[in-house]
Amino acid sequence: MKTLQEAILRNRHNNLSVFFTAGFPQAGSTTEILGILNDSAVDFIEVGIPFSDPLADGPVIQRSGTQALRNGMSLELLFTQLGEVRNTLTKPYLLMGYLNSLLAFGIEAFYRKCSESGIHHIIIPDLPVNEFLKEHKAFADHYEVSPVFLVTPDTSAKRIHEIDKISKAFIYLVSGNTTTGNQSSIQTEAIRKITGMKLKNPVIIGFGIKDREDYLQACSLADGAIIGSAFIAMIAESKNLQKDIPGFISQIKGS
Amino acid sequence: MKSYTLISNGYYGKFGGAYIPELLFNNVDELQKSYKKIIASAEFQKKFKGLLKDYVGRPTPLYYSEALSEKYKARIFMKREDLNHTGAHKINNALGQALLAKMMGKQKIVAETGAGQHGVATATACTLLGLSCVVFMGETDIARQAPNVARMKMLGATVIPSLSGTKTLKDATNDAIRYWINHAADTHYIIGSVVGPHPYPDMVTRFQSIISKEIKIQLRKQTGESEPDYVIACVGGGSNAAGAFYHFLNSKKTKLVGAEAAGKGVHTHETAATLTIGSVGIIHGAKTYLMQNGDGQITEPYSISAGLDYPGIGPLHAFLHESKQATYLAITDLEALAAARELIHLDGIIPALESAHAFAVLPKMKFRPTDIVVINLSGRGDKDMEAYLKFIL
Repeated sequence: MKTLQEAILRNRHNNLSVFFTAGFPQAGSTTEILGILNDSAVDFIEVGIPFSDPLADGPVIQRSGTQALRNGMSLELLFTQLGEVRNTLTKPYLLMGYLNSLLAFGIEAFYRKCSESGIHHIIIPDLPVNEFLKEHKAFADHYEVSPVFLVTPDTSAKRIHEIDKISKAFIYLVSGNTTTGNQSSIQTEAIRKITGMKLKNPVIIGFGIKDREDYLQACSLADGAIIGSAFIAMIAESKNLQKDIPGFISQIKGS
Repeated sequence: MKSYTLISNGYYGKFGGAYIPELLFNNVDELQKSYKKIIASAEFQKKFKGLLKDYVGRPTPLYYSEALSEKYKARIFMKREDLNHTGAHKINNALGQALLAKMMGKQKIVAETGAGQHGVATATACTLLGLSCVVFMGETDIARQAPNVARMKMLGATVIPSLSGTKTLKDATNDAIRYWINHAADTHYIIGSVVGPHPYPDMVTRFQSIISKEIKIQLRKQTGESEPDYVIACVGGGSNAAGAFYHFLNSKKTKLVGAEAAGKGVHTHETAATLTIGSVGIIHGAKTYLMQNGDGQITEPYSISAGLDYPGIGPLHAFLHESKQATYLAITDLEALAAARELIHLDGIIPALESAHAFAVLPKMKFRPTDIVVINLSGRGDKDMEAYLKFIL
């Protein structure tokens, strides 16, 4: 099986990923949405672990997390759900969440469960690189799970090179200094400087990407884009996910 | 100024650190690199000391209570932080950080507030120094602390209601951090307690350490001893306690006692006694004790006192607790109210509900008659009249 990095590189400048919160709008929605996305034109999928205090997230993702927790969602339940569908999924899927969820689960247990659930990459925005290297890397390596780190247009070149060195999937470039779902304009010049750095990892742009126009702009600058809040807002409104999810993805991708 | 327990990379033992999204890396990194140097500079020290003396009204008195001493058979003093401008110790930190922000070239300040004391102190410091000020406050707290909301607005601050979570201090802190992410370039975040990512716990402790510095000098003058047998302070995030403990952290003689809020009891679900019922995790960018469920979701605290109503605790206190360098007792709402009633009737002082928790430690202790006990009276009770009218009159 090809790695996520290979898949992204093969699909250069045309990768679309979406983020959704596990357990939203219903606890059982996780597997349903994963199944629909797997059959859609999306390239890879980010599954959000709902958390009570998501510091980097704007209101849309916050609300979806609050609802998911009310629905009884937990990391334990998420791993169970992933276990049920992992053999039916052909697209790469990642986990994205906050460090406290991982710590409460147990660091080693978390990486082991990821591995058992077909998760090869995780995104933990509040896990700093040095802390990952110190406390997590041994387990992550053992269970063949690797982190994706966030960089911003203001991240120093030195740090970006360090992050590139230890990353195995892609670099998550935040569109600007913003929480998720904010209508901020993509910082074109700063992003060009980063994508021109000859990194070994592909660069995917996220935060504030909401429509086809943003997606095309991100693809013109980097290897693709991640849509979170706009996708979740669509799910929250949808009365027919089977129809609306593929529609949303095709509309963004223009396919 | 010594830093007894903070090791070089921002941890107190295993507690502390800076667990922040990359979006805040540059801001926090800039602070980490510059705060000690700026605070130590002659320019900062001159301005800060001048303001603490002539604007805040420091040094605050160290008052010997004959009535409490007689009742509890010890020599009981209280440090009168309630006499500071704006009514609590919070101004020590707000003014220090506002001055620091100004010297770092930031024009805008964001802060969170629970009861409104830190919000009022920050709005005051910003007015004085010509900085613009945004304060996040939980919608629930806005409703129950109307006079402080009016004060902040009068001082020119923009008060934004936090609508996330249960709309209290934890959520206001989340929203202040999110605002900082979105306005990173020109804004400094003035956190109100010894919580948050490194360097906040250490920086706020330094600004509050003036409390124990003065206690030492005043105690020597009044008793001939510069180290008390006990220092007692209430702990929410823990800034007044950190300040009151600081210069006694290395003392072999002084026993440090923190009072956390048990709310309706540590075995009820309505409590804020983080060290008693919490476990280690990450809250607001620091590794420390926090109240959480088995899935790592942060749970809602409860205390009659809005200032102690926080589900985490500063990493310094987590460290002092775990290394047994300080003792933390859980004080219920009713015990705090009884202590407030006693202080009002014996000494004619209406304490903040937060500070009343520290006084509630007295009946739980066994003192020797020669023991010198210093209680930090961190704030005054004007803001708590509603609760007092209901429970004390």
